[in-house]
Amino acid sequence: MIEVEAVSKHFGDFAALDRVSLCIDQGKLVALLGPSGSGKTTLLRILAGLEQPDSGRVRLGGVDATGLGTRDRRVGFVFQHYALFRHMSVAENIAFGLKVRKGPQRPGNAEIEAKVHTLLNLVQLGGLAGRYPSQLSGGQRQRVALARALAVEPRLLLLDEPFGALDAQVRKDLRRWLRRLHDEMGLTGVFVTHDQEEALEVADEVVVMNKGRIEQIGTPSEIYDSPATPFVYRFLGNVNAVPCAVSGGSAQVGGLHIGGGSVDGVGTAFVRPHDVEILELSPDLPQAVIRLVTVMGPLVRAEAVLPDGTVLEAELTRDQKDKLDLRRGQEVSLFLRKAKIFVGTGI
Amino acid sequence: MSNHAIREPVAVRWTLTAVALGFLALFLALPLAAVLTEAFAKGWGAYLRALATDVTLSSIRLTLIVAAISVPLNVVFGLTASWAIAKFDFRGKSLLISLIELPFSVSPVISGLIYVLLFGLQGLLGPFLAAHDFRVIFAVPGIVLATIFVTFPFVARELIPLMEEQGREEEEAALTLGASGLRTFWLVTLPNVRWGLLYGVLLCNARAMGEFGAVSVVSGHIRGLTNTMPLHVEILYNEYDFVGAFAVASLLALLAVVTLAAKTALEWWHRDELTATSH
Repeated sequence: MIEVEAVSKHFGDFAALDRVSLCIDQGKLVALLGPSGSGKTTLLRILAGLEQPDSGRVRLGGVDATGLGTRDRRVGFVFQHYALFRHMSVAENIAFGLKVRKGPQRPGNAEIEAKVHTLLNLVQLGGLAGRYPSQLSGGQRQRVALARALAVEPRLLLLDEPFGALDAQVRKDLRRWLRRLHDEMGLTGVFVTHDQEEALEVADEVVVMNKGRIEQIGTPSEIYDSPATPFVYRFLGNVNAVPCAVSGGSAQVGGLHIGGGSVDGVGTAFVRPHDVEILELSPDLPQAVIRLVTVMGPLVRAEAVLPDGTVLEAELTRDQKDKLDLRRGQEVSLFLRKAKIFVGTGI
Repeated sequence: MSNHAIREPVAVRWTLTAVALGFLALFLALPLAAVLTEAFAKGWGAYLRALATDVTLSSIRLTLIVAAISVPLNVVFGLTASWAIAKFDFRGKSLLISLIELPFSVSPVISGLIYVLLFGLQGLLGPFLAAHDFRVIFAVPGIVLATIFVTFPFVARELIPLMEEQGREEEEAALTLGASGLRTFWLVTLPNVRWGLLYGVLLCNARAMGEFGAVSVVSGHIRGLTNTMPLHVEILYNEYDFVGAFAVASLLALLAVVTLAAKTALEWWHRDELTATSH
């Protein structure tokens, strides 16, 4: 169990973290998701003890660890650029954390060797013990870094943009593999990412951060299906953000009734493209004109223009497109399955 | 040479090469040849006899002693300073960097004078030192001090950019794995800069053995006692002992050639571990 209590951190005038509080349960894999400058890496480094907070407390396993140095925290840290010891072989890298232990805590050489062997197999690098970091690919280096961090049996595994420097395919394979590894080992893990797809796919829980504050904490589906703030809406995937007006309990976007609203006023409606349904022209439903149809593999993206000029992006399947015989200039009706309205300006 | 765009006409290429080689010959090869010719002007026997005199041997011994003291001290200083500068943030860091570079911008004679003003009989600490019968100026300690001052920047200047380029992540990784600060330094930082360090030591040593100006001011030129090799060359030359002067000079030239060769070898084999510093 990790508890972060009202932690703040400034670098000069820049507030990297602004009274952030967070609780992470034992055995969970948590993603810190946010754009660059949102404070996610700073939070991770504070958990590791590589940075000290200006104020606030960090508790690891119920014990106050705020002033504790990195080496006494028993955390494993995987760096974005691996930070492997360049002059040591793969096996020496992995053994490092065990070899620097002192006195009775230091395992014997045979034991260390056996452990390195096990870890190398775990990260599927069995034959590469004698190689040097410069002789490995990015994905292999990342796995060595992970094995090195796991060798000291950390109670908490921290990963800073673990797949950030890898190409797309390796990234996908490696993150699924990380998820499986996490499930098998039952570690508590926190990883930083700016890639929402990665966060949603790998994590048990996602912490969305922006400008040094936490915007929302929730499971991937909670975060995606019911974002708490306009920022989360925009940051997680594609979304239509269109001006709307609420009056007398009805919210309208370009003459299209999209739902109820409790507070009257002008605001912004957020609609996911897959919640915009395109129907055959019907007099009972609001109308729109198709401006663009793009086929992207199994999905079709279409842009519909409402009478007042508002453009909505819709996502539909190939089947639906064929049924409607969708093409440019076609007049259709729209139905919004789901929309979220935030009243106020500057959203 | 298959790329035509970067290919110059033959005449231009030959001219440029000739100019470069001519320069090299005029300013490097020719003086070196002259040193050797003069040294061996009266044959091997005279050369060896010139080197084997007591005063010459004692100047060689003193030069070696001075280098043996000042180089290790500057290695320790250079390592600690560059470690502090590259791996930690603290106030006054840019001031420290400027101070390290100071000896490069100060004339060696001034460097020597500073010590005379500080430790000389009329100097700040002169009376105290005289009372305790400890000589700094016109003695070996002064020569060592002046040499340390002049060779101060070599190791640090080589290591700071190298360590800064390597960043702090490996050290941070070592810390998360439970290594202490000192073990991190020995096991991670030092091995990563070993060739850069050797490179700095090489240059530092060459300068320590060859320094003239600063040492000349503090030495007092006491034959057989406080003369280093460069000072001894001057004395012999002024006494018209050309074979002797050039024989000692040839040893210094040999040191330069060995240093140059070792430096080139280092650059050749460990290019990627030495940063593109301006040496």
